[in-house]
Amino acid sequence: MTDVTQELPIVVEPPPPATAGPLGWLRANLFSNVFNTILTILAAALLAVTIPPIIRWALFDAIWAAPNSRACRGAGACWAFIHEKLRFILFGTFPYEEQWRPLLAVVIFIALIVASCDRRLWGRSLAFLWLLGLVAVGVLMWGGIFGLSFVGNQLWSGLPLTLILAVVGMAFAFPLAILLALGRRSQLPAVRTICVAYIELIRGVPLITVLFMASVMLPLFLPAGMTIDKLLRAQDAIILFAAAYLAEVVRGGLQAIPKGQIEAADALGLTYWQRTRRIVLPQALALVIPPLVNTFIGTFKDTTLVIIIGLFDLLGTINAALNDANWRGTSTEAYIFAAAIYFCFCFFMSRYSQMLEREFNKGRRQ
Amino acid sequence: MTTESAGAPIIELRRLNKWYGEFHVLKDINLEVAKGERVVVCGPSGSGKSTMIRCINRLEEHQRGQIIVAGIELTSDVRNIEAIRREVGMVFQQFNLFPHLTVLQNLTLAPIWVRKLPKKEAEETARLYLDRVKIPEQADKYPGQLSGGQQQRVAIARSLCMKPEIMLFDEPTSALDPEMIKEVLDVMIELAEEGMTMVCVTHEMGFARTVADTMVFMDRGEIVERGSPKEFFADPKSDRTKLFLSQILAH
Repeated sequence: MTDVTQELPIVVEPPPPATAGPLGWLRANLFSNVFNTILTILAAALLAVTIPPIIRWALFDAIWAAPNSRACRGAGACWAFIHEKLRFILFGTFPYEEQWRPLLAVVIFIALIVASCDRRLWGRSLAFLWLLGLVAVGVLMWGGIFGLSFVGNQLWSGLPLTLILAVVGMAFAFPLAILLALGRRSQLPAVRTICVAYIELIRGVPLITVLFMASVMLPLFLPAGMTIDKLLRAQDAIILFAAAYLAEVVRGGLQAIPKGQIEAADALGLTYWQRTRRIVLPQALALVIPPLVNTFIGTFKDTTLVIIIGLFDLLGTINAALNDANWRGTSTEAYIFAAAIYFCFCFFMSRYSQMLEREFNKGRRQ
Repeated sequence: MTTESAGAPIIELRRLNKWYGEFHVLKDINLEVAKGERVVVCGPSGSGKSTMIRCINRLEEHQRGQIIVAGIELTSDVRNIEAIRREVGMVFQQFNLFPHLTVLQNLTLAPIWVRKLPKKEAEETARLYLDRVKIPEQADKYPGQLSGGQQQRVAIARSLCMKPEIMLFDEPTSALDPEMIKEVLDVMIELAEEGMTMVCVTHEMGFARTVADTMVFMDRGEIVERGSPKEFFADPKSDRTKLFLSQILAH
């Protein structure tokens, strides 16, 4: 017994110097054993060999202004191409003098997305803000009123088109997905069958097929003389496609809700929709934020496929810009630029989802 | 379909039968509970006691027989079910608080959405009941931050906020650590003393002796014995009751 009490003071001694502080961190994370030490040295060597040339190519040796790609030939990147084609890449075939309008539309989109990050704004006011924003985007893009000249949506292209397809696509796909997921778990056999059939059918075909069907086959079934706008058809295809995937993600969340939650809501006299809206969905959706955002990011990038039915989204305008005979051989720079823009949006979504997760877990144990 | 005249039972089970697939879980249950009566249901596990009280607010569907609560017969008519659920509060073994809502939100949710009370009024009532279950200071915490005993008291308060005519308790203390059982039982005893109609499934025989007007003993899906706690504990009629009581009171 006395031995034990005499050993106790060891516990309150400070940790040995090599296990705490920056040195301790290095030791624990980089040099914990021989194998990790070798890995650390190899990784450091790899970075030392690759990073400086990349920086040299992208920054120090880069050419920022040149009349064409021949004048741009050098050791570095030809950012002059991006500089020269920036407005075409961003706004495509939208009339040149009117391109402040799509620029403003993009700014509105980004402002709306940033505003949505503030949880204090969540609720009716945010929905109203979005409605207002989308109307403003529509007015800016189409014009035809307030002295703005009319611009048909066959001329919409570049970044605004990508954002419209993605944001409108997600905004409509998400509620549809929730209904599909609820329908798939419905007690009513007819509703369940329809939802299962829809989800399985859409998930079973590639997005390209859905886009082709919407753009080529759908008009064949419509009565003569009746046409649906090409952009609208592509938008529909994206909504229907994303909804099927999101529905399965949402269903995963619904299945994770303990039966006791539903019983408690029932016992309090809540109706099905009250229970779903107040108890089930808030918990189910919070649980599936990571796979939800995964699907959102996938949908955002999938919008690039509209190029095959002749719509020029951001990637489409970049491809078109590369066709300029004056700027041959600049595809690396062009695609890096495209990747950077896509990355910004996707990275933002991923950070946003992490913030949401923290927000929903605030003040909760269990 | 008349509501309670004097002395008429507020809960009436007539020849209630229920099957889980092939398994006959409730066999010809007849039970009447008068307004203000406190009924304690006990019995070995798997005897159907939880299933029986879960039938009273239709968390379980019965296949044969009649259930009449506050003058309304339980059928598959959703309006009847909702009407009965508004009048019947239930406390669960696992509390089943809503973890994404604060304690106060847990308490005001149903009054606001089901009873259509203004938020302010619902919150006033909620604070009143939190006071009564002796945890007014926890109003803005989330359920996950409370102890088991506190959670169960919040669950009781949540049911009371709907001002129910009847309270059902489904083993309310079975999931609690021993030192927390008393704080929940105290709240239930207080409730009983105020004249609430209560049906409790519990193994807390001390509680049963204190508050019960009627003891019901169930085994294998049947009501084996019923009576006042005095004769039930002192002079059980059936061998099954004797065996059960000797097992549960032995320690």
